[in-house]
Amino acid sequence: MKKVWISALLAVLIWACSSDSSEDPIQKGEEEQPAPVSFERKSMLINWADNIIIPSYESFSSSLSELQTNFEVFQQEPTESNLINLRAAWLSSYKSWQQVSMFEIGPAESVGLRLQMNIYPTDAEKIESFIAGGTYDLSLSSNRDAKGFPALDYLINGLGENDEAIVSKFSATDKDAILAYMGDVLLNMGDLTEQVLTEWKSGYKDTFVNNDGASATASVDRFVNDYIFYYEKFLRAGKMGFPLGVFTGNVLPENVEAYFKADVSNELFLAGLNAFQDFFNGKHFGKNSEGESLASYLDNLNELKDGEDLSVLINNQINTAREKVRALTPFRAEIENNNPPTAMFSAYDEVQRVVPLLKVDMVSAMSISIDFVDADGD
Amino acid sequence: MDSFKKKYIFNAIEAAPLAVFRIFFGLMMLWSIIRFVSYGWVEKLYIEPKFFFSYYGFEWVQPLGVYTYVIFAVCAISSILIALGYYYRWATVLFFISFTYIELMDKTTYLNHYYFTSVLAFLMIFLPANAYFAMDAKRNPQIAFQKIPSWTVNSIKLLLGIVYVYAGLAKLNSDWLLNAMPLKIWLPSKFDVPFLGNFMHLEWVAYLFSWFGAIYDLSVPFLLLYKRTRPYAFAAVVIFHVLTGVLFPIGMFPYIMIVSTLIFFDASLHHRILHFLNRILRLGKASFDNGLTKISASGLQQKTIMVGLCLFFMLQLLFPFRYLAYPGELFWTEEGYRFSWRVMLMEKSGYCQFKIMDNTSGRWFYVDNSDFLTPFQEKQMSFQPDFILEYAHFLKRHFEADGHQNVSVFVDSQVSLNGRLSRPFIDPKVDLTKEKESFNHKNWILPLNDEISGL
Repeated sequence: MKKVWISALLAVLIWACSSDSSEDPIQKGEEEQPAPVSFERKSMLINWADNIIIPSYESFSSSLSELQTNFEVFQQEPTESNLINLRAAWLSSYKSWQQVSMFEIGPAESVGLRLQMNIYPTDAEKIESFIAGGTYDLSLSSNRDAKGFPALDYLINGLGENDEAIVSKFSATDKDAILAYMGDVLLNMGDLTEQVLTEWKSGYKDTFVNNDGASATASVDRFVNDYIFYYEKFLRAGKMGFPLGVFTGNVLPENVEAYFKADVSNELFLAGLNAFQDFFNGKHFGKNSEGESLASYLDNLNELKDGEDLSVLINNQINTAREKVRALTPFRAEIENNNPPTAMFSAYDEVQRVVPLLKVDMVSAMSISIDFVDADGD
Repeated sequence: MDSFKKKYIFNAIEAAPLAVFRIFFGLMMLWSIIRFVSYGWVEKLYIEPKFFFSYYGFEWVQPLGVYTYVIFAVCAISSILIALGYYYRWATVLFFISFTYIELMDKTTYLNHYYFTSVLAFLMIFLPANAYFAMDAKRNPQIAFQKIPSWTVNSIKLLLGIVYVYAGLAKLNSDWLLNAMPLKIWLPSKFDVPFLGNFMHLEWVAYLFSWFGAIYDLSVPFLLLYKRTRPYAFAAVVIFHVLTGVLFPIGMFPYIMIVSTLIFFDASLHHRILHFLNRILRLGKASFDNGLTKISASGLQQKTIMVGLCLFFMLQLLFPFRYLAYPGELFWTEEGYRFSWRVMLMEKSGYCQFKIMDNTSGRWFYVDNSDFLTPFQEKQMSFQPDFILEYAHFLKRHFEADGHQNVSVFVDSQVSLNGRLSRPFIDPKVDLTKEKESFNHKNWILPLNDEISGL
């Protein structure tokens, strides 16, 4: 009798120890789901990849081509009107960037796309020295603060007091060096973006979609972590918190995004916030249709839990934050003209209020561990 | 009373079960430590962090930098010695001290099963687990006994029984039984578990698991005591712990509990296990079957044992109830929550934004917690008041050393408990630097404004 128990124990132990690595073939089959149907993480991942992430990258990539075209025109004829066109293309691409910045997973993560594209404040001295010296390696991580959108911001908006002064730089002796540098920065941005988009289309999408489990390394868990991290560090802190000095007590207006353009930092923030919210709601890129999303996942879980309607609360708080930010003048003006910048502080507080809803309520409802730590629980 | 004493305390029983327990305990602990070190957790949990959360009164217990590995080495070596029964008394003392020291270094990593291990290790110091099938008994026949007083094995059974029953009592609350919380949150995310995954999102499954868990905890120690029910109870032990081990990241705990409950079986099973081990180790099992009984002869010895057992188990029985001395909802305030066998009871998480106020200059700013805490520490800190207070005091020290003067620390916190919408946790108007850690109620914790009825 006891032998039976011991062998049973051993058998179960072996099963337990091996079960987490084994893929159960039965699971893969077309099994009938017991009702009510549980939320399919896979269809959410497919919606994310096919209808949001890849189209967003495609749109961003074509905005970069547009920027490149405008640059080439300006390169031929550095006139004020061509500068204005180039600047418009830059701004439009910069806004398009805000729609992909949050997807720092997979190919974007491995090239570190966000830090390659958008480190600010940019190092104007370094840029000047590169232009003067003519030798630089933009692939070095130490040179990330001399390229991307912020470097273009300096070159398009920061070389002179007004357009006339800026354009005059492009008729001076070192004009070729400046243009060559701009060309290299654009080339670098285009290459990186192509690389990321190609990888998404040529295999990473399948990896992403098929990793549809619930472990800490599964796509949903990892992406939700990255998504919240983006909101906290890049939207909230990067675009508003650091310039406001909320972590230091000293305002730093030179830390606003697109500092030299001076009047678009709030637009860029809002582009980021809109993209963030659209992603939350699973809104298809460039369309009005919606698919499976974090919001619908929350609604589905709520049917079981019968709790507060979290997706509505999150959307409402994002809307409140948006209204507050919309009422502001550009961030640089807010910070430079008000001491202290009270209105922007109170807008920041509303932006901040989204964080606990995501980081506490949402992940808790989905049972996703935040900043996964590989340690035992109780 | 006298017959009770005879039967459960001083009656001679076979020493084999205790020897088997000793061997498995040593091996399990060794395995745990190797696993812990090999996962890089020593580095990650005890060397990399800049700041450690201390237990009240144990602030002097700190990691020793790279020498922290030495503590783990001591712990590993002593567990080998325990398994061998070699210098057993020294080994158990060393194991108890080193293991407990590790657990006291940072309360971020608190787990009930670590506490269980410490309590058990302390108890084992006093048990003659080296009297049988041990190197000590082999080398010194004077301490070799085939039989030992029954309190030795019974105290382990009682300790296990307390763990289970108290874990069961803790489940008798409205969240667990009436709302199937937190399992309603946890189970649906386990959809990728083989076989069971397809059922995890069903409401009745969450209720079934909740009720089965509570009934299991409350009944299994009793069912293990009786020969008739024992095989079924042990099957339940195996199923329960394997299931929880598959579903939740609880590390070694399920296996430790399964192996520990073997102590409830008759000595014949343990003799068979030892026969098997003897074939490998060639310790000469037969030589231990010397028919000798270790007896506590003098009245004084017997009295000491009785008093010691009474004190130890009174403490074990009463300590988990200390939460009754505090007002407010236990799950919310967590005053008296730890060290009480409250296992996997809550889905609780929080978010804290600390505000530093320099009262001399009037300047203020927020803290980026990741500057000081690991993600794991930040996670644990954000919903436990004693962590929040300790961290606030650390922030004051840090920023005053940094040149700020007369610093006040405020916290804006949101905590969600068992699926309730997050709500403010700590009074944001209270300057935490003015509050002291103590065993008194922390009146700066805001109320939950909801009742969780039950024990």
